[in-house]
Amino acid sequence: MSSSANPRGVTRFLLAGNGGLVLLFLYAPIILLVIFSFSGAKDPGVWGGFTFDWYRDLADDDRVQNAIGISVRVAIFSTIIATVLGTMAALALERFTFRGKKVFDALLYLPIIIPDVTMAVMMLLFFTRAFDLIDAMFGTRFAKGFWTVVVSHVAFNIAFVSVVVRARIAGMDSTLEQAAGDLYANRWQAFRHVTLPLIMPGVLGGALLALTLSLDDVVVTQFVSGPGSTTLPVYVFGLIRRDVTPLINAVSVVMLVASLVLVVASLAAQRASEGRRRRDLAIPGEEPS
Amino acid sequence: MTTTRVSTRALLTRRRLAVPLVLALGLAACGGDDDADEPAAADEPAGDAADEPAGEPADMGDTAECAADEVDGDLALYNWSEYMDPDLISAFEEQYGVTVTEDFYDSNEAMQPIIAAGGSGYDVIVPSDYMVSILIEGGDIMPLNKDAIPNYSNLLPEFESGLPYDPDGAYVAPYQWGSTGLGVNLGALGDDFPRSWGLIFDPDIRAEYGLDGKVSLLNDPRETMGAALKYLGYSLNTTDEAELQEAQDLLRDTVGALAAFDSDSYDENIGNETTLVGHGYSGNFFAQFIDSDNPDNWDYFMPEEGGTQWVDNMAVVADAPHPCTAHAFINFILDGDNGAALSNWNYYASPNEASQPMIDEAVKPFLDKATAGVDPEKIEFIRDTGDFEINFSDAFTAARG
Repeated sequence: MSSSANPRGVTRFLLAGNGGLVLLFLYAPIILLVIFSFSGAKDPGVWGGFTFDWYRDLADDDRVQNAIGISVRVAIFSTIIATVLGTMAALALERFTFRGKKVFDALLYLPIIIPDVTMAVMMLLFFTRAFDLIDAMFGTRFAKGFWTVVVSHVAFNIAFVSVVVRARIAGMDSTLEQAAGDLYANRWQAFRHVTLPLIMPGVLGGALLALTLSLDDVVVTQFVSGPGSTTLPVYVFGLIRRDVTPLINAVSVVMLVASLVLVVASLAAQRASEGRRRRDLAIPGEEPS
Repeated sequence: MTTTRVSTRALLTRRRLAVPLVLALGLAACGGDDDADEPAAADEPAGDAADEPAGEPADMGDTAECAADEVDGDLALYNWSEYMDPDLISAFEEQYGVTVTEDFYDSNEAMQPIIAAGGSGYDVIVPSDYMVSILIEGGDIMPLNKDAIPNYSNLLPEFESGLPYDPDGAYVAPYQWGSTGLGVNLGALGDDFPRSWGLIFDPDIRAEYGLDGKVSLLNDPRETMGAALKYLGYSLNTTDEAELQEAQDLLRDTVGALAAFDSDSYDENIGNETTLVGHGYSGNFFAQFIDSDNPDNWDYFMPEEGGTQWVDNMAVVADAPHPCTAHAFINFILDGDNGAALSNWNYYASPNEASQPMIDEAVKPFLDKATAGVDPEKIEFIRDTGDFEINFSDAFTAARG
């Protein structure tokens, strides 16, 4: 890991240039977006003097704030549920053999492969028919809304979480669990004190991915939402079709800052838990892969 | 918020990619559905148990038994973004003692599958003309109970009845309307220029007014092929392949003179003089012009050869949980003062006769330009041509090269 060669001369220069270009490619649009969120002109892309007006508009706009609130709540609920279920699925697939495992394995990844719009239509039809059925059987009418959005996000996020967690489990030494067993840990104790801490970076990574995907999603959300569940991306998408103003930049900057805080927090959490884990387990030289 | 102005028509830009898939899956799933197999009886007598709001979805043809101003719960409104003045919502809530939940969609095509699937939970939707036909055909919206909407008579006669998608005004109440035409920079063209599609399609006229490379057309098969068809003197709803071919050839010869095919920023581009003539939707141009430093520098018109008119309409969803509140809301919007407040807020023309005197002086002259001076015979609604629709997309793609 630490034996990488030190690049010299032209190679070094090219590598640095490449790195710079990649960063520019990734961040130039974001920097522009941030800059123009402070522009006084109504048209985005035209500089009209420095102003906080768009942020003030944002603070005054109940509909945007309402949409942000819904987005955040959907993201939190769906992430927690999808992370638990996705991690369980990953453990089952990596640690056990059972009938239909191959099929389960293939089906689990379907949400990653199929187009959003297909998933969205399937979800819409599923909820509609399921609610019709429940209505016919029990006489209770469920309506699409906040919880159908959460459930749909869980449905596609499970796949992503389990991919990330599985990668972590695959890189983990299973003898550690066996050792725990030899030392009279029952299955739960082995999981709680050995497996879970080891796969935690994968679980956190999966959760972060799920959170991001949930905050981003437009297509599925639009199809399964009901009264009172318009999320921020759906709302912004509608705004853009009409008239792009720097208000959208301001909204994006707020989301960007929130995501940055989240990423930094999760990195900090990972480092802290990594440190704790090393102390607890006292396994010198165990490298996170 | 008053910073962004609606430009509905931009959304009418038909985002077709998802539609065939949605329809295919929707049909496949509905195949085994009992409700869908029932013959659509438009004049089925109302008043049976299906009127129970919380019960089974109402069959097509059942309207709601409501009195004027009767409410039966909170309202769920599903509308285009930035199309409803929030103050009007507050006023309605206060007057009727209900809560309004407003959700937003960005195209007719995004809204339709959600309503068509049933059980959406929405009470009132705002579909455009051609989408109204589709929703009526699918039994997705209920006929209006005119007894509960006394303000329906406030509508201008041409909107109260005779609209091609709902000739008797049985299903929808017009909400706002506009047209597709040309925005021009008067500073560059002067006052005396032909008010014709020739500004874009005629090479001599373009050369005379220095328009080569300074004109934009919408990036939309129906609208842009429609403009070429209108210039050639044909119907924009033609299903004649020879006529469409002629329009395709004309458009192909014009591509070199265009600044862009642009459906999103043509209004801003004409504002900053990137273009001098732009093809686009009336409301977008009005918003751009009225809010500019010098509104007199620009004009909007429908070319003399004719063009597209469109109307967005309020409709009550067939299985609306609160049909009476929905009717009360439609009646509320059709009030003269409220209709004027709406136009003053979003710069779209009002179909409401009672609203006309109350529309702002700064806004009214612009709204009147939507179809001014054009022979009504030459003004058309875009109609769904069914299987022929794909020919418009193909011709447009081929012409763009």
